[in-house]
Amino acid sequence: MEEIKASMAGSVWKITVSQGESVEEDQDIVILESMKMEIPIGAEEAGTVKEIKVAEGDFVNEGDVIAIIE
Amino acid sequence: MIKKILIANRGEIAARIIRACKKQGIQTVAVYSEADQKAPYVFMADESFLLGPPRVVESYLNMEKILRIAKETNADAIHPGYGFLSENDQFEKKCTAAGIIFIGPTGDVMNKMGSKIAARAAMQEAGVPIVPGTDGVIDTAEDAVKVANEIGYPIMLKASAGGGGIGMQVVHTDDELIKAFAGNSKRAQTFFGDGAMFMEKKLDHARHIEIQILADQHGNVVHLFERECSIQRRNQKVVEEAPSTFISDQTRQKMGEAAINAVKTLGYTNAGTIEFLVDEQEQFYFLEMNTRIQVEHPVTEEITGMDIVEEQIHIANGKALTIEQGDLKIDGHAIEVRIYAEDPVTFFPSPGHITTFTKPIGERIRNEVAVTENYDVTPFYDPMIGKLIVKGSTRDEAIKQLIEALQQYKIEGIKTNIPMLLKVIDSDRFKAGDTTTAFVEEHYLPTV
Repeated sequence: MEEIKASMAGSVWKITVSQGESVEEDQDIVILESMKMEIPIGAEEAGTVKEIKVAEGDFVNEGDVIAIIE
Repeated sequence: MIKKILIANRGEIAARIIRACKKQGIQTVAVYSEADQKAPYVFMADESFLLGPPRVVESYLNMEKILRIAKETNADAIHPGYGFLSENDQFEKKCTAAGIIFIGPTGDVMNKMGSKIAARAAMQEAGVPIVPGTDGVIDTAEDAVKVANEIGYPIMLKASAGGGGIGMQVVHTDDELIKAFAGNSKRAQTFFGDGAMFMEKKLDHARHIEIQILADQHGNVVHLFERECSIQRRNQKVVEEAPSTFISDQTRQKMGEAAINAVKTLGYTNAGTIEFLVDEQEQFYFLEMNTRIQVEHPVTEEITGMDIVEEQIHIANGKALTIEQGDLKIDGHAIEVRIYAEDPVTFFPSPGHITTFTKPIGERIRNEVAVTENYDVTPFYDPMIGKLIVKGSTRDEAIKQLIEALQQYKIEGIKTNIPMLLKVIDSDRFKAGDTTTAFVEEHYLPTV
């Protein structure tokens, strides 16, 4: 199981996967917006999206869990 | 006469405008979002009002609320600073309709320059050379490919309503162009509400050199020479200097005249900047016009002795310029660096808590800062937390001064681009004045 964490504080601009979807290594899970820049957050390993813990527009802090990949 | 100004902005530029107002005995009203409650500028103003939550649509872009505060506080004028509402023609019209002076040009001129496609046409009409490219909007990726093959790659794909590097991409092949077209158009639609795209030839080894102008409401126009702003990352400026090391006096004069002609043809008033790309043969081409004060205005102030914000207020008051072109001389050399809260290698943002903040101090050092010690840099706005400006009697002196100042700067708790700036300024290539828009990409290797 892999927890996908926010690498910096920002708001969730786009969620690019859905629950149950299988993802590849490095595939973008969400795109954060911080300081007017879009920052893609990707999966470190391949797996299935077990849970997405944020919604578009949510504010996240650095280290917050965004999604869980199994 | 303007007696009270509301500053519809935040950060260092709000502080800068408040300072100019105090100098002239003008009262100030600051506005701020929940994220900026502890920002230094909020405490500098005579009165301060909360706009709302951090998101810009609920705060710094909330025209109705800003106008309501202006009316309730009896402000005569609004200074929009840069970014946010500064180039919003609707806002200018709303201010004017409410009997409040908008410190800037009219909405009509702003509107014309805001559309890069219309601006190209207007400049052509004024006899100012433009970068070879398309005359109008490109509707589809297919059309884009057809035109690209006529102009020749590399091509700069741009959003007509774009700014800050958003919606902009260099493409080298048909495939790249097809991929880039839809994405950038969509991004421009999201950010600016307008997805119209156009294309320009990408000039190799070009420099970004811009001319600062001042135009009053009586038809008088002067230029305050050039700023060289070629060193950029993510299509945003990082280092700016004046004068340019590259152009000859003859080119300087030609560019100044072209800028004045353009401004006169447009009927533009207040402070503005015409940005040009200059190629290796010193041929210059219109890039865009910024109808507002610019981030890098201090370098021009340092070499001319003018206070551009003060001039903006005089012009808005209907006063005639008190200087003529012949009165203006370049004195010395000034360099500005932008201090960004970001990783110096990846350029990724680094919001967070500033634990230590010590700025460099010196006679020829000017600091424009937005933050303090024990301060939270939030992720809601641009990463620029300050500007450092130095002046020398020569460029070499200014560089030496800047290196010392950057070494003195101490910011802890967040990452900043200071290591990157030091590496750039202390490089042989920068010292030789060999600065093109490809500088960071070609020269700055991520080894800091």
